[in-house]
Amino acid sequence: MDLGGINPVILIATLMASAVPILLAALGEAVVEKSGVLNLGVEGMMVMGALGGFVVAVETGSPVLGFFGGAVAGAILSLCFAALTQVFLANQVATGLALTLFGLGLSSLGGQGYNGIKPPATGQLLPDFLADLPVIGPIVFGHDWVVYFSIAMTAVLWWVLKSTGIGLIIRAVGESHEAAHALGYKVNRIRLGCIAFGGAMAGMGGAYVSLIRVPQWVDGITAGAGWIALAIVVFASWKPWRVLIGAYLFGGITVLQLNLQVAGSIIPVEYLSMAPYLITIVVLVIMSAGRNGKINGAPACLGQNFHASR
Amino acid sequence: MKRRNLLASAAMGLMLASGGAFAESHAKTKACFVYVGPIGDGGWTFQHHDGAMQVQAAYGDKVEIQYQENVPEGADAERVLTQMALGGCNIIFTTSFGYMDPTNAVAAKFPDVKFEHATGFKREHPNVSTYNARFYEGRAVQGLIAGRMTKSNKIGYIASFPIPEVIMGINSYYLNAKKVNPAVELSVVWAFTWFDPAKEADSAKALIDQGVDVIASHTDSTAPLAEAAKTEGVIGFGQASDMAEYKDGPRVSSIIDNWGPYYVKRVGALMDGTYAQADAWEGIAGGEVLIGEITDKVPADVKAEAEALRDAIAAGTYHPFTGPINKQDGSVWLADGATAPDGDLLGMGFYVEGIVGDIPQ
Repeated sequence: MDLGGINPVILIATLMASAVPILLAALGEAVVEKSGVLNLGVEGMMVMGALGGFVVAVETGSPVLGFFGGAVAGAILSLCFAALTQVFLANQVATGLALTLFGLGLSSLGGQGYNGIKPPATGQLLPDFLADLPVIGPIVFGHDWVVYFSIAMTAVLWWVLKSTGIGLIIRAVGESHEAAHALGYKVNRIRLGCIAFGGAMAGMGGAYVSLIRVPQWVDGITAGAGWIALAIVVFASWKPWRVLIGAYLFGGITVLQLNLQVAGSIIPVEYLSMAPYLITIVVLVIMSAGRNGKINGAPACLGQNFHASR
Repeated sequence: MKRRNLLASAAMGLMLASGGAFAESHAKTKACFVYVGPIGDGGWTFQHHDGAMQVQAAYGDKVEIQYQENVPEGADAERVLTQMALGGCNIIFTTSFGYMDPTNAVAAKFPDVKFEHATGFKREHPNVSTYNARFYEGRAVQGLIAGRMTKSNKIGYIASFPIPEVIMGINSYYLNAKKVNPAVELSVVWAFTWFDPAKEADSAKALIDQGVDVIASHTDSTAPLAEAAKTEGVIGFGQASDMAEYKDGPRVSSIIDNWGPYYVKRVGALMDGTYAQADAWEGIAGGEVLIGEITDKVPADVKAEAEALRDAIAAGTYHPFTGPINKQDGSVWLADGATAPDGDLLGMGFYVEGIVGDIPQ
């Protein structure tokens, strides 16, 4: 089946893979923001994760360890942010922006000597006979393990935030840190945990770029994906499944517009190029609007520091 | 106006404060470079930095090199340029097309600083020179290889921005592929970025998904080659830099930008006082465009043909744009035997006949 020269099966399979970095980073950031912390350093954590993952994978020869390394690198960088904002109560917006600049610079320094090396390949997870099935083969079975991991994480985070005690605590801290503190929760420690988790997820997203999507290391490889992830969190109103929809929409339309160009679409290229940004925002805004004027689910304490003395 | 005065007086203060150092700094020429991407991109910026290092190597202690990476095109660049000019740079090389207006705007404020803008055409002030390389000559060689090597008769081009420099490359690539393989079809993808590895990889993937098996790129990173390496039978070219690490993979040849000799010449001219405003445009003959080694994936006869084309261009016996050539709409551009005047090339805003699709405005 072809639509205007584009095979929808290949398109869907491609978009699922190309959305993974943004999806992972946005899921992590959703948890961070749910706990009331605004970490604008996603881009910096992603690029550090891309480097950390690449270096570990190249040195050990194992892409799985590489992803672990990416998560660790992202988490370590996020702990710098946590130390500054949770311990020293620095401004979160400024610290987050600084974290991005720091991450870009540090990764550029640390990546010296890793240019032009090919990392060990990550293959598809399931055997060929499944992946070769018509239509559902490429879409459902033909991916590497990280694609499944990212979808599983969406489900897990949805469940954790919605139906578990931990999720309730995280939300309580994000909605009213004073009340959570009065109940005896260690606000800053819980936030620190969330920040580290967000860093690890962003790091894995970055590692996906350097290990699978582009397979190589170049400076600034994430090229703004972290900012897209940040935007998607807001437009998805901090809900994991909407984050998935947002990431797939963005990834899908990005891939679609390139394919449309190749297939010789009649739509002018300018409109195709801006389509991913426009359509993702419009769709998510429409989805989150319309309930009694409550247009978003922003945690009430988002971006506010907490100190127990107050 | 007030702000500019403030800046000027701040600069004056700095000069006075470092009175002794100032006299000395005259002996040392400061050459500054503005890069659009990171040096580690393995392509465009990497080659400019290589040129800067050649300047350092050529003049040693007599020259001081300063550079800034990842400078966004547009208004932000003005801030960087102003800082450099205030910081004592004697000559500033701005190495991307999008710095054209910022370069001219800042040049107006600092008449004593020399500005050199790569790939542009505006020289609004006597202290602004432009320089470029005839990359379309290299594209012609790539086109020949692409036309001979493609099995699907579909060749692709990952374009960055719709500027004459890129359109020239697309046309040259297509014309010379068509010359050896009349059945060839060209697909162009506009990535609207110079450097975004993930997007470049996606663009290559979109081309491959549509059956393209030879990919040329006009973006700065090695990502398209890495993507091509995933699919058996797809080949590509190194862009801006040799990208030799993909030699045993999809890379069959490359265009290498060799800026060093020009940078060395210009900084040298500034030092010995022979500097004059210029509009430089050298190609294969002048050594600014090098064709990287053609690998064994290319059959010997095609390789010989490609090298003969390269040598003919260098010798001036062949011009990649030789008539008869029609524009996309069928109107005549070049009559039989005529070659393209430089002015037409530098302002090129149209596809040649046979290319499908529109150029974004």
